[in-house]
Amino acid sequence: MDKTAISRGLQRAPLGQFLLWLGPWIALLVFGVYCAYLCLRYGLHLTNMDNRFAFGAWIFLDLTVIALGAGAFFTGFLLYILKRKELRAVINSAVTIGFICYSGAVVILMVDVGQPLRAWFTFWHPNVHSMLTEVTFCITCYLGVLAFEYIPILLKNRKLRQIPSFLVFEFNMHKVMYVLAGAGTFLSFFHQGSLGGLYGVLNGRPFVYRESFGIWPTTFFLFIVSAAAAGPSFILLTTWITSKVTKKRLVTQEVYESLGKISGYILIGYVLFKTIDTLVWISMTAPGMGVHPDSFFASKPGYTALHLLEVTIFGFLPMAIYMTKRLRSQIKWLVTAAVLTCLGIVVNRYILTIQTLALPTLPFDELLSYMPSWQETGAFLMVIAYGMIVYSLSFRYANLFPLERELQRN
Amino acid sequence: MSRAKEKPEGAPRYAMTIDLDKCTGCGACMVACAVENNVPPAQSGANDRNGTTLMRVYAMSNKQVYPHAKQVFVPMTCQQCEDPPCETVCPQNAVEYDWTTGIVAQIPVRCLGCRYCMVACPYHARAFNWWDPTWPEGMEATLNPDISTRSRGTAEKCNFCHHRRQLARERAVHEDREMCEDEYQPACVEACPVGAITFGNLEDPNSAVSKGFAKPEAFAFVEKLGTKPKIRYLSSQKWVHDMARSGVPGKEATNG
Repeated sequence: MDKTAISRGLQRAPLGQFLLWLGPWIALLVFGVYCAYLCLRYGLHLTNMDNRFAFGAWIFLDLTVIALGAGAFFTGFLLYILKRKELRAVINSAVTIGFICYSGAVVILMVDVGQPLRAWFTFWHPNVHSMLTEVTFCITCYLGVLAFEYIPILLKNRKLRQIPSFLVFEFNMHKVMYVLAGAGTFLSFFHQGSLGGLYGVLNGRPFVYRESFGIWPTTFFLFIVSAAAAGPSFILLTTWITSKVTKKRLVTQEVYESLGKISGYILIGYVLFKTIDTLVWISMTAPGMGVHPDSFFASKPGYTALHLLEVTIFGFLPMAIYMTKRLRSQIKWLVTAAVLTCLGIVVNRYILTIQTLALPTLPFDELLSYMPSWQETGAFLMVIAYGMIVYSLSFRYANLFPLERELQRN
Repeated sequence: MSRAKEKPEGAPRYAMTIDLDKCTGCGACMVACAVENNVPPAQSGANDRNGTTLMRVYAMSNKQVYPHAKQVFVPMTCQQCEDPPCETVCPQNAVEYDWTTGIVAQIPVRCLGCRYCMVACPYHARAFNWWDPTWPEGMEATLNPDISTRSRGTAEKCNFCHHRRQLARERAVHEDREMCEDEYQPACVEACPVGAITFGNLEDPNSAVSKGFAKPEAFAFVEKLGTKPKIRYLSSQKWVHDMARSGVPGKEATNG
């Protein structure tokens, strides 16, 4: 049964070994689901969030996975709209990762909000001025688009292809893939931006408030660019990890290099925009709100270091690696740059979500610290375990890397 | 459209002054607020960061040592901003600026519990119901029938005891007369033993609150953020004014 479900010509580990791999992830998922249940059943007091630290580990997770999942929309955009044909080798994997990231983010959001059953209120009487409304609409629509993009990948499974109606459906879905990629790109650009705007509009928080272009603060644009840079890097990294874990060649070196080069080009823009944005904030925005930027970091010098690291070690350095042909041609350097770029996203989202709330806004405030509770951590890990399980199953039973069969033959 | 253009003609705009030179930090305002607004008793495991407090008295010091050390108590509640940062961020209109009173209203039955409003507020004036509201047996009898309790998973804040205004208006209608402005006073104003809190209509130039706003001792916290709060603090001490202008990080506080 298991063997007949695996695509012809693909070699996969024996079922026992696969189940052994899945076992710990399933255990972690069960633990995570239990933690999420506790929070839903007994209340969010089980978390270590509070009235001052109203956003915690879960929002940080949401912002990070959604940025890393941006590889789905950006690879789709490059392949279907800009016709970068070599990316066909990773598009299925990119869509799967995108689907995992977005669905995981929505699940954890439903645990995070105090009244999940009222989620539909945002659609029924939305506040059109709120960035969160834009995020809610775009993420919901884009998750729908991703589901439509992911279904044909599943329907390519050898067993499912035996059902004629599935085959017809899959064929028809492929015909509209260009439309879906276009819609996905549009929606994704908006909600990546809105997630950044979520913080940039907070005029009560001089640490994150930014000047506006039109109706959007600069963080709106920085989030789009940073997600577009991190997306291909994350695809590069996950493809390389999958290749190492399964001991198989999945894509050619050309694909890795292409992903790296795309990330590198976008990182140039990001480092430039981020530097200008930071300088404007230091010299104009924060002083205009009555706060000298030095005061943010007066009692925690490490905070400044994190800001500098984001732009240098996690921004400029991977950009330099990607843009140097000699380094780009070596997989170890490509992977190093991809790890640094993804860490850059993690640091950036950490600064915005956690540091923002830690810093005081009133003269008698204290600098706060926050450590998530075990229930919060468990629910956080639930999303990671869910992602590992869905990706592992997809890799085994769907053809995530179309070049794999050909590379295996050679 | 600006607030001024949307405001109905003759409508009041309620505001408050709090005299920090008078405040002794006794906390009577906090207790009165909790009792008046059916705030449930703290649950086991609650701390000063996750308990429900719609008004909280902070201590603010000049960070000097004896003999130069000075301290004032700062009762902090919703500042009823004219440009409330919490209003624009709420995704489902659970926060509304009431044009007829100038009060920033929180509508708990619409609240999703996303807590974005709490992140947006620089005054930390909002609280989240982290627990189901419960009262010890028999204590339910002390609940105020004029205000509903709020369910777990919703944000809340001070609304200047708006239900008291409704009651005062109903009473005036019943007695076939106009409501006098001083008939409506929030619970904290009544409870303050030293009369540090003054409440009234900012549109009336003769009201005590209007006169308080015009005093040179009046200031607002972090005024440059542009939220235009309708609570002014009064103090004759220069260091208080200086500190109020911007946030200065203090010592680190941990949770968990």
